Amino acid sequence: MNSLGLYVPGTSPVHRMPAGAKLLAMLAAGAGSVLLHQPWQVGVAVTLALVGYRLGGLTVRMALRQVRPLLMVVGLVAVFHLVVNGWERAVVFVGVIVTLVLLAGLVTLTTRTTDMVDAIVRAARPLRVVGVHPERLGLLMALGIRSVPVVVGLAEEVRDAQRARGLTASPRAFAVPLIVRSLRHADALGDALVARGVDD
Amino acid sequence: MPVIEVSGVTHAYGEGAGRRVVLRDVSVTLSEQRVGIIGANGSGKSTFVRMLNGLVLPTEGTVCVDGLDARKDGREVRRRVGFCFTDPDAQIVMPTVAEDVAFGLRRRGLSKREIAAKVRSTLETYGLAEHADHPAHLLSGGQKQLLALSSVLVTDPAVLVLDEPTTLLDLRNAAVVQRVVRDLPHQVLLVTHHLDLLEDFERVLVFDQTRLVYDGKPDAAVQHYRELMT
Repeated sequence: MNSLGLYVPGTSPVHRMPAGAKLLAMLAAGAGSVLLHQPWQVGVAVTLALVGYRLGGLTVRMALRQVRPLLMVVGLVAVFHLVVNGWERAVVFVGVIVTLVLLAGLVTLTTRTTDMVDAIVRAARPLRVVGVHPERLGLLMALGIRSVPVVVGLAEEVRDAQRARGLTASPRAFAVPLIVRSLRHADALGDALVARGVDD
Repeated sequence: MPVIEVSGVTHAYGEGAGRRVVLRDVSVTLSEQRVGIIGANGSGKSTFVRMLNGLVLPTEGTVCVDGLDARKDGREVRRRVGFCFTDPDAQIVMPTVAEDVAFGLRRRGLSKREIAAKVRSTLETYGLAEHADHPAHLLSGGQKQLLALSSVLVTDPAVLVLDEPTTLLDLRNAAVVQRVVRDLPHQVLLVTHHLDLLEDFERVLVFDQTRLVYDGKPDAAVQHYRELMT
């Protein structure tokens, strides 16, 4: 699993594919999705994405888990298009979203964060001429990914502390300590990076 | 063992009326393999150890490790002195266990194969091999601290500074970390409130109200500290 609980170690053809190629394929799929206009085309796209899961040695359940967090948004989009544009548009819009989420999930399920970051660092090298520091960009991404579970943990602790003190649904009482603790964490992380020689 | 020389070190934050001195006129030479550092919260002990790898630069005085000045040769000093913080969550910078251990090696010019081999052997040594691909945030507190230690030790520092590594751990996990630290061949400087960890140490420094107030054998130092606190 990766930091968001996704990476599944393996040796499948999808795992062995270079991270850069997977990211490019995902980008191409995103751009190509504007060409999908018919429900059957979307059906083919979803099927291909699921074939990718099969090739990656992943289960349908894992594929469904990628889509589940989007159910509410997808449902709203579906209802909107059903009412305004008819069932065909609804199927196309929902299908495109599901396909792209499935593909993004497939990439994260089969790619280590380091490999993804390395691919982005390589892709960003030409940007050195305009002052971009690719390694820093990669580190920034990795730290961003690493910080998600940390901030989620901090939010849970703050919420528990609120409950323990009988405070319910107070946005300020939630946001202020969360921001303060997040900033403290960022400060400590900065020290850790210096101690580990990042600035050297 | 490496020799750490701290000469006339004072450190303060702010200036003028807002100047707050957190460490006053400390001079000490450390060459023992096991050195403990104790003191109340705010006594200056964490500031002291942070100076040893250049995390904090002294306002006055010098800190040298094997003759290298932490101010002028910060990079070399940091390579010699590994630092482990109290909260491993603030020290683990990469998403998965193996990636975090590899992090410090990626700037050392090693090949991918060499890095993978070093990571694997380090994780095996510290009992984390089966967690190599796991998200770091899903580890237990003790495992996280072991990971933080592994990530420092994989870079082969000569000195290891541990700033209260067991403070956030339960007894079982604290004992695991204690065992690992006890068996290390490195020079270890341990800041702790767990005084029993210092039993077999060669030397213990006691800090109080920003000053180094005692320097001696563990029994006498702990006794001195207890008297200060009562």
